[in-house]
Amino acid sequence: MNAITGHGAAVHIIDCGKTFPDGTQALAPASLDIIAGETLVLLGPSGCGKTTMLRIIAGLETPDAGGRILFDDTDVTAIPIEQRHVGMVFQSYALFPNMTVAENIGYGLKIRGVGKADRAARIAEMVALTNIGGLENRRIDQLSGGQRQRVALARAVAVRPRVLLLDEPLTALDASLRDRLRSELNRLLRSLGITAIYVTHDQAEAMELGDRIVVMRKGAIAQIGTPRDVYFQPQNRFVAEFVGAANIVEGPIAQGRLSLPGGWLALSDAADAAAAVAMIRPETIGLVAEGGASLCGTVESVSFIGDRQRVIVTGAASKPLTIDAPNGINVEIGQRVGLSVASAAVRVLPKED
Amino acid sequence: MRDRLIFAGQLGFTLLVAAFLVVPVLLSISAGITVNYFRGIQSGVTLQWVAQVWGLYKGEIGLSFLIAFATLAVTLVVGVPAAYGLHVRGGRLSRVIEEIITLPLAIPGLAIALALLLTYGGFGGFRQSWLFILVGHTVFTMPFMVRSVMAVFASVDIKTLDEGAASLGASPWTRFCNVIVPNALPGILAGSLMVITLSLGEFNLTWMLHTPLTKTLPVGLADSYASMRLEVASAYTLIFFIMIVPLLVAMQMFADKGEKQ
Ligand SMILES: Nc1ncnc2c1ncn2[C@@H]1O[C@H](COP(=O)(O)OP(=O)(O)OP(=O)(O)O)[C@@H](O)[C@H]1O
Ligand SMILES: [Mg+2]
Repeated sequence: MNAITGHGAAVHIIDCGKTFPDGTQALAPASLDIIAGETLVLLGPSGCGKTTMLRIIAGLETPDAGGRILFDDTDVTAIPIEQRHVGMVFQSYALFPNMTVAENIGYGLKIRGVGKADRAARIAEMVALTNIGGLENRRIDQLSGGQRQRVALARAVAVRPRVLLLDEPLTALDASLRDRLRSELNRLLRSLGITAIYVTHDQAEAMELGDRIVVMRKGAIAQIGTPRDVYFQPQNRFVAEFVGAANIVEGPIAQGRLSLPGGWLALSDAADAAAAVAMIRPETIGLVAEGGASLCGTVESVSFIGDRQRVIVTGAASKPLTIDAPNGINVEIGQRVGLSVASAAVRVLPKED
Repeated sequence: MRDRLIFAGQLGFTLLVAAFLVVPVLLSISAGITVNYFRGIQSGVTLQWVAQVWGLYKGEIGLSFLIAFATLAVTLVVGVPAAYGLHVRGGRLSRVIEEIITLPLAIPGLAIALALLLTYGGFGGFRQSWLFILVGHTVFTMPFMVRSVMAVFASVDIKTLDEGAASLGASPWTRFCNVIVPNALPGILAGSLMVITLSLGEFNLTWMLHTPLTKTLPVGLADSYASMRLEVASAYTLIFFIMIVPLLVAMQMFADKGEKQ
């Protein structure tokens, strides 16, 4: 068997929970199927259990009794990480300070007994893929943050892992570098066709990289879906507010209309309710003339952001509404405006307590 | 101008303190090569005392080094993996074990020796051999090795490095050799330095544990102070110095090099 052949495996997480010895329940038992070759993003606020989930998949943490992890059809629950054939990129990168860049990248191959020539070829391939030519003989402490990130990725991918696991790989970098590396990473993951599980608390990162996003909250899965699903059809208020900006409005629904203090909004099929909660994305609200509009309010503030302007309108709903308007139109503070929202853009959320 | 004054003041003070510490050493050494200390250096310079000490005590000196390096070997073989285990495992049990290992620091050497004697004194062969002293020295120096290695582990986030190596397929033993030990090297060297020095200079415990046939350098030193003329005792000090200083310098250089990497 050639040691470096590998393929993206499907991952099945079955009833995996995690309670730490100190009694912290980091993860309620959850099940999740990851399709071979897809990039799945675990998204959620700090402390929601993303890393714990990733570490269970990696084999760095064992799930509570009853939980199982399958790679394709093989149960790997009892198999330690070194035999799971995963690749892992840590938030702190965990590059070996006692080795050069090339030695770091080749370490996994060396462990697997790949010969020197093959190893050198694969290292060169990885160096080209991650754009770190010329750094091969540097020590780790002679690299910038972005370079370290690339080396960490090259090292994890070099062994052709069955599953690539990334724990907030971009968090340690500054904003502009993060954006650049994000799209680079995106291209790389697509071209490799590898099964990747990517942990982040940054929703923009999740949107760009994920084929599917798992939104997590307090150790439980809040929603699973494509970036579009999660953005446009959040299943609950938490997801609506965590992923992107959201206006949450409350009012009674009757005859397909949601009544608000400043008028009403048309809904596309919604059952009558005495008190309903709905979400509207800021960019789906249009500013129109007051006359003839079903919902009206007063402009409280306008901030120019460059590609758009952010307008806050009071009086329309019980809380001020945030609207992302095109940067060309002229709105002034104190002006009365009408608001138009397509019925499909108003998402009624299930009631929560 | 003011800076100059401050600098001069600091330099003066430092030199004064250094002199306070160094002068007795120099006096002692000079006594070791003086023909007659009471008549002063005018009586002539000689190596006869040094030769006499060497003749009388080379057994002790050899044994001291044997014990020091054996202690180093044991603390390395046991201490480094122990530090690794304690660090990676973490939790309350590890904390307790670490405290227990550290305990000998707080207990007087005499008490440790007494405990060892009470427990193992009955095993004649063991009691008579230098291994008995080795055990004492190991107990006494182990915390220094474990502590200094653990300090490095904490500073280089060895746990994540270990997990990184594991994710690349390395077995625990391979990880230990390829990643843990190389990255803990500064701590291992610093620990080794401490262990060797402490073992060579250890007196309290050794004095209790020694037999007429298992004496170390410092025990011999006390012996010579008590029973020989002052010049001989001083020559002994001189030999002790010559033995230990190059060792200290060498290991310090190693430690510096390790830190630079
Ligand atoms: N070894 C541990 N022992 C006890 N509790 C732990 C341990 N590791 C994590 N936890 C707890 O489990 C919960 C989930 O932690 P986890 O690291 O999975 O969060 P996360 O979603 O990755 O957060 P972040 O975005 O901050 O990295 C947290 O409340 C955390 O304090
Ligand atoms: Mg985390």
